[in-house]
Amino acid sequence: MLSDKDRIFTNLYGAHDWHLAGARTRGAWDNTKALLDKGHDGIIDEMKKSGLRGRGGAGFPTGLKWSFMPKEVKDRPHYLVVNADESEPGTCKDRDIMRHDPHLFIEGCLVAGFAMRAHAGYIYVRGEFYNEAQHLIIAIREAYDAGFLGKNACGSGWDFDLYVHRGAGAYICGEETALLESLEGKKGMPRLKPPFPAGSGLYGCPSTVNNVESIAVAPTILRRGAAWFAGIGRPNNTGTKLFCISGHVNKPCNVEEEMGIPLRELIDRHAGGVRGGWDNLLAVIPGGASVPLLPKSICNTVLMDFDSLRDQKSGLGTAAVIVMDKSTDVVKAIARLSYFYKHESCGQCTPCREGTGWMWRVMERMVTGNARIEEIDALEDVTKQVEGHTICALGDAAAWPIQGLIRHFRPEMERRIRARTEKLAAE
Amino acid sequence: MAMITADPKDVPHVAAFAFTPENLAKVKELVSHYPPGRQASAVIGVLDLAQRQQGWLPRVAMDEVAKLLDMAPIRVYEIATFYTMFQLKPRGKYLLQVCTTTPCWLRGSEAVMKACQQAADGTTFSVQEVECLGGCVNAPVVQINDDFYEDLDEASITRVLDAFRRGETPKPGPQVDRQTSAPIGGATTLRGE
Repeated sequence: MLSDKDRIFTNLYGAHDWHLAGARTRGAWDNTKALLDKGHDGIIDEMKKSGLRGRGGAGFPTGLKWSFMPKEVKDRPHYLVVNADESEPGTCKDRDIMRHDPHLFIEGCLVAGFAMRAHAGYIYVRGEFYNEAQHLIIAIREAYDAGFLGKNACGSGWDFDLYVHRGAGAYICGEETALLESLEGKKGMPRLKPPFPAGSGLYGCPSTVNNVESIAVAPTILRRGAAWFAGIGRPNNTGTKLFCISGHVNKPCNVEEEMGIPLRELIDRHAGGVRGGWDNLLAVIPGGASVPLLPKSICNTVLMDFDSLRDQKSGLGTAAVIVMDKSTDVVKAIARLSYFYKHESCGQCTPCREGTGWMWRVMERMVTGNARIEEIDALEDVTKQVEGHTICALGDAAAWPIQGLIRHFRPEMERRIRARTEKLAAE
Repeated sequence: MAMITADPKDVPHVAAFAFTPENLAKVKELVSHYPPGRQASAVIGVLDLAQRQQGWLPRVAMDEVAKLLDMAPIRVYEIATFYTMFQLKPRGKYLLQVCTTTPCWLRGSEAVMKACQQAADGTTFSVQEVECLGGCVNAPVVQINDDFYEDLDEASITRVLDAFRRGETPKPGPQVDRQTSAPIGGATTLRGE
């Protein structure tokens, strides 16, 4: 188990003061100038060495992403954009960072912005997080007043302005190019890539979009060294991670743990175990709604990191662990996610706009068994038609939970269809 | 794609809309966050201000926002209909946004939704089913205006709604004995040991 001295988010639960004075006692803003003195490329190198992989779901190496920004600023300014549009079902970690440790995060914005030669940063906060955005706005003002942001930030000679931008309810704005569209005052419809944001992002300028957690851990990594961070977890899956454990556990919670912790240990140690005991477990969605679920047999031994979960044809995603015990109607649980994706599809690409609705309607019939056995294959076929055929990953995200259900719970789906057929025949 | 277009029959006629001087100052502040010529970036924030002032977004308010930000009105209507938090018709004093996505559903959002639907009268309470609110370890969650009420069941949401009815503002956050997102009974980490 990770020891408290290796935890980055020491005010995760808001037990202490989140304002500047409290944050400084926990180490935030401690000689930030020294971090910036490492230089733009020095910071990026250190981040690369730490092995940090993006915490927003895709797990792309953060340092590498920063290195895609142009090495000198020409006619177009550079922008840092932070994705705080936390909406992946099961995920509620960035909320805790923003409301309880905003200064850690704001310091990370300065460090990241400086590393990518940006003089301005925007934090896109989902509209529903009104109170969290207020904490950020207040904390940013405190940082300006202390000389940590603005002109000559932290005495570094670098100017950096930071703004909070609230959204207004749209899951799709968590997709980085939809977020940029929304930030420009348009509907949140994803852009085709290329061009990638590092070449042409916000207002057509070089931009990098990072998740809140990826940014918030940066100052601590630079202070304690890449080797410290890389020494936690497993190779290629380094560091600490915020896990959100929801659903049928005795004590749902957020917790910061080591990457690669066994799923069972995570649930038993921090979430009070599965309701009714481990043997009452049916399935777990290990990384937020978009990743395929895992049956108990895999949950017994699987490790919670990018590579281990990928090997099980699932994913770490946002590390949002949704636990389902044996009382769960698992088909209905996934059908509800299908409704979610139908609701949140932006409507731009035909396979997603039409496919999410079609998949949801068929899933609703699967819940009651009002289908033919062959339709399970047709459903799976349609998920493959949607997957990979859309501009953004929402189509994939709508397909994967259904694919996971068919992979692991096909007998249950067939049982329902047979039961209904037999019942109708008997009547 | 959210379907929130309002039936014109339900939308009362509003003749004119103007921001209060205080809100106009806030509009100016919001616009100052973006580079010159990029004032459209402020559209969500300015629409939110209009909605907070009026309680909902009549078309004249959208037109006023378009004028202030030098946008074509249709671009503003597009925004107001794309994002689910914009209310295109009047609603009750308290908007109950009940999350029913899987993590909340697993922990009993159906009973919470039922209690909210029973309370909804259109004047004190309006109810809206919403997708994941991002408070999943405190499920089920209901957002009431700007605040999250968490760890709800039928009894506790009823208590919360009764308090609102009496004109009180019940304490937001978990409605069971726990500190924010820490496990019930106390944190397993960060105990200062």
